[in-house]
Amino acid sequence: MDFKRWSLQAVLETRADKVVPPSGYTARLTLFTSAAMAFLAVFALALSLATGRLADHWSSELSRTATVRISAPAGQLAAQTKAALEVLQTTPGVKSARVLDEADERALLEPWFGKDLPLDALPIPKLIEVIEDDAGIDANGLRLRLQGEAPGAIFDDHTRWRQPLVHAADRLRLLGIAAIVLITATTGAMITLAASSALAANSRVIRVLRLVGARDVYVVRAFVRQFTLRAFVGALVGMAVGGLSMATLPSAGDTSGFLSGMGLQGTDWLWLLLIPPLAALVAFVATRIVAFRTLKELT
Amino acid sequence: MRVIELTNVSYGYGDTELLSDVSLHIQPGSFHFLTGPSGSGKTTFLRLCYLDLLATAGQITVFGKQVAEMTRDEVAFTRRRIGVVHQDCQFLDHLPLSQNVTLPLEVADRADEDENLGELLTWVGLADRKSALPPQLSGGERQRAALARAIIMSPDFVIADEPTGNVDWEMSQRLLSLLIELNKMGKTILIATHDLNLIRVAKSQVAARVLRIRDKQLQLAGADL
Ligand SMILES: Nc1ncnc2c1ncn2[C@@H]1O[C@H](COP(=O)(O)OP(=O)(O)OP(=O)(O)O)[C@@H](O)[C@H]1O
Ligand SMILES: [Mg+2]
Repeated sequence: MDFKRWSLQAVLETRADKVVPPSGYTARLTLFTSAAMAFLAVFALALSLATGRLADHWSSELSRTATVRISAPAGQLAAQTKAALEVLQTTPGVKSARVLDEADERALLEPWFGKDLPLDALPIPKLIEVIEDDAGIDANGLRLRLQGEAPGAIFDDHTRWRQPLVHAADRLRLLGIAAIVLITATTGAMITLAASSALAANSRVIRVLRLVGARDVYVVRAFVRQFTLRAFVGALVGMAVGGLSMATLPSAGDTSGFLSGMGLQGTDWLWLLLIPPLAALVAFVATRIVAFRTLKELT
Repeated sequence: MRVIELTNVSYGYGDTELLSDVSLHIQPGSFHFLTGPSGSGKTTFLRLCYLDLLATAGQITVFGKQVAEMTRDEVAFTRRRIGVVHQDCQFLDHLPLSQNVTLPLEVADRADEDENLGELLTWVGLADRKSALPPQLSGGERQRAALARAIIMSPDFVIADEPTGNVDWEMSQRLLSLLIELNKMGKTILIATHDLNLIRVAKSQVAARVLRIRDKQLQLAGADL
C-alpha cells in the first residue's frame, strides 16, 4: 500500500503545476478523504438505486387488482356469483370485473395440484377478478354490500399489505440520496480545509510568485490543478474498491427475494463512474473559492 | 511618460513615520542611486516603488497609472515591467536556479522566451550552478541569481536593493556594468547601495544621480560624494 501511494504521488507531482511545492500531508489528506468518501458514496448509491428499484417493483405489484371469492353450497354458487358481479358492476371505482372460467382456475391451481385435477369434483370457490380504476374502491362499503347480496362473497385486496413496504423503500431511497449529498458536502469541507492549510503553508511561495508578476488566477490555477487531480485520483481508487466490494457481495440467491435486489445491477454500475468527476468538481470549486479568498488577504 | 512619480508621499509601519512628504519623478532611461544610513528606509522606499506597499499618504503613479487605484491584475501586469532584486532575495526553494531565474517568464505565460538564459547566467557567473537549489547557494550567488531573474524579462524599469552587498569588488563591477549596459539600451535603473566606490565607478560611465534619505526626506546628493 505504501509503495503504491508513493508512486501515485509521484505521478501527481509531475503532472500538477511545479511552482507549488509538493506539500506532503495536505496532498495525502485530500487523496485519502476523496478515496474514503467515494467508497462510502458507492454504498449510498447502491442503497438508493436498489431501494428505488424495490419500491418500483412492489408498487407495480400493487397495481390495482383484487379478487372476490365466492364459496357457497353448489346450488347457490351460480346465483351468488351473478349477484356479486351485479354489485361490482354498480360499485364506483371498479373498472372491470370478470368471472374466471374453468380454464383460468385450472391454470391457477396447476402449479400446486398438477394437470389432471378433477375440478368438477372439488368444491372450488368461484373467483371474480376485479380491476380498479384510478379512483380506487371503497373496500369497506363494498364488503357491506356484498354481505347483503351474496353472503358467500369475500372481497380480497390481497396486495395492500405491501403498501407500508413501498413507503419504507421510498424512505430508504431518500436516505441514500441524503447520504450522497452529505458525503459531497463533507468532501467539499475537507478539501476546503486541506487547500486553505496548503495555501497558508505556501504563503512565502505565493508572495514570490506575486512579486515576479503572477496574476491571482495563475496562483489559484496551480493549487486548483493539484487538488482537483488528487481528488479525482483518490475518488477513482475509492470507487474501484467500493465497486469491487459490491461486486463480490455474497449473493443471497433466489431464496431470499427481499435481499437479492440490494446489489448493483446492469446499468447501475454506470452511475459509479460519476463519482470521480463529481469529486473533482467539488475539489475544483472548493479550492478555487478558498484560494481567491486567501489571496485577497495576502499582499 | 514618467516611469514613476511620487507626490507628497508618506509612509510608516506603525505610528512612527519613516518617509514624510516625499515627492520625486523618475524619467525613463535615467540612472539613480539611493543611499542613506541603515534603517533610514531605503528598502521601504523601493517597496513603495514596486507596489509592495501602499503609501499612507500622498500618491504614487507608476507608468502613468495611480497605484492606489490599480486592481490586483493591474499590479501584476505592472510588476512584469519592473525587474526587482530584493534585499532578502526570495526564491522558490524547491525549484532549481535556472527555473527560478525564468520564473517571471513562466508566470507571464512566456516560458518559451528564455533564449537569453544561458548568456545571462554566464554573465553573472552562475552557468555551472544552473541546477542547484536556492538553499545550496552562497549569499553572493543568490544576489547574482536575483539580478538575473530581475532582468530576464527585459523590463523597462530595474530596481535593485543592495545588489552587490555580498559579492567581491570585481563581481560588483561586473554586475554594475550589466546594469549600465541595460541603461544604455534605454532601461530605467534605480539602485539602493551603501557602496560609495560603486557609485563613483558608475558616475564615470553614465549620468547617474544620487538620492539620499535623510530626516524622512529624499534629497538629491551633490558633488560632495
Ligand atoms: N515590516 C516592517 N514592520 C515594521 N517595521 C519595519 C518593517 N520593515 C522595516 N521596518 C523598519 O523600518 C525601518 C526602515 O527599514 P528599511 O528596511 O527600509 O531600511 P533600509 O534603509 O533599507 O536599511 P538597510 O540599509 O539596513 O537595508 C527600520 O527601522 C526597520 O526596522
Ligand atoms: Mg534595506
